[in-house]
Amino acid sequence: MKAPLGRRWHHMPEMSFPDYKSSVSRAPGEAPVKVDKWDASLVLRPVWPSLPSGDADLTANGRTNGEPIGERLLVEGKLTEETGRPVPGALIEIWQANAAGRYIHKEECHPAPLDPNFMGAGRTITAADGSYRFITVKPGSYPWGNHRNAWRPAHIHFSVFGVGIGQRLVTQMYFPGDPTLPYDPIFNATTDAAVRNRMICQFSIEDTVPNWAHCYKFDICLGGGIATPFEEDRHDG
Amino acid sequence: MMADAEDVGAMDPDDKGGIHDFSYEDARSVPRSSGPTPSQTVGPFFAYGLTPGAYRYRLPEIHRTALAGPEVAGDRITLEGQVFDAAGVSVHDAMVELLQADCNGTYAWEQRNDGFTGYGRAGTGAEGPKGDTHFKFHTIKPGATLPEHAPFLTLILTMRGLLNHCVTRVYFPEDAWADDPVVLQVPQSRRATLVAEAIEPGRYRFNIRMRGDQETVFFDV
Repeated sequence: MKAPLGRRWHHMPEMSFPDYKSSVSRAPGEAPVKVDKWDASLVLRPVWPSLPSGDADLTANGRTNGEPIGERLLVEGKLTEETGRPVPGALIEIWQANAAGRYIHKEECHPAPLDPNFMGAGRTITAADGSYRFITVKPGSYPWGNHRNAWRPAHIHFSVFGVGIGQRLVTQMYFPGDPTLPYDPIFNATTDAAVRNRMICQFSIEDTVPNWAHCYKFDICLGGGIATPFEEDRHDG
Repeated sequence: MMADAEDVGAMDPDDKGGIHDFSYEDARSVPRSSGPTPSQTVGPFFAYGLTPGAYRYRLPEIHRTALAGPEVAGDRITLEGQVFDAAGVSVHDAMVELLQADCNGTYAWEQRNDGFTGYGRAGTGAEGPKGDTHFKFHTIKPGATLPEHAPFLTLILTMRGLLNHCVTRVYFPEDAWADDPVVLQVPQSRRATLVAEAIEPGRYRFNIRMRGDQETVFFDV
């Protein structure tokens, strides 16, 4: 079985979306070149180092003198291919602003407080059934300079690396009902509403833990590649 | 450079607020369809999560810019370069990932005794917007991964402003890259953008240009 080549562009945002100013100066001018060959890296799962323990608990990995401030959340879901087949062994990395809408990044200048107990970054490897789980706090919305009165909806950044370069995905998870979503050019650069709403997580009362944390479900589907490398794929490119 | 600063998230102190410049269809309640999760930009503030080591953030670094320890066989090379936007300004907040085979053209499919994984990551601006904007990898020269193909490195580029990541290949000037079956599928006038420049023995430069005559070829993978 050959791995498919080519990204699922009709599920993706425009490369250049003029309302999002930096896409105009940074997106490539030319369309990506289609090829009918690559090599075995199409089905390669990179070898990930073992992660520091507790890396998936963002309420713990940044503590200096107590717990971070904010609404505690479980963010969990399943990583699958388009066929529904789970993608195990994938690296998922997340990063986010703190509950006040402030990132710890040195160039961030939003005058909201830093939280001495929150870094806002974590990592995990998906389990055999493709599942993952993070513990964190709900990020705040923050202003940016793209246009007048511009606010990013609350979001958590996700970097996902599944099997092969066809299963590379960088995305953002948004929250249901966020009032700023209809004003955000990054979210709306994916012009099909039913497609972009895949980036909105869902509150789950079933998995919310009493007296402890809300649970949001965020399933991620990767558009390319195949999960199990077949022997011939390693050789026929 | 001011436009750049605005986009990063720097607030306009004279912003009087009021009606928003953009408003899209409010489709928050439209049922989602099934299918691939759309891509989004990595944004300007990924470094403390994705490349924390070089930027001296507290999160322990798990990825490397040096891919080849002493046990790894092969010729040592360095690959360095910059990313230039449409205006030719070098980008200080990009992330470049490198994926490659070993010197025999074999990818690392599992943990190996020599520690080679064939995967690395570098940011372009650990010293901030006014600092050095080069990415730099220390690695080995790969072998060809398929018969009749030339050796290459795969680079994956993400940065603020890119709503989808970009994938390119780096070929080496001393190899028969012009006959490579993948290179041959690229319009002829653009093929040379895939070839690194040898600065000195074992040291290569590969600049990525997002626009213009020398726009780098990106592949649909």
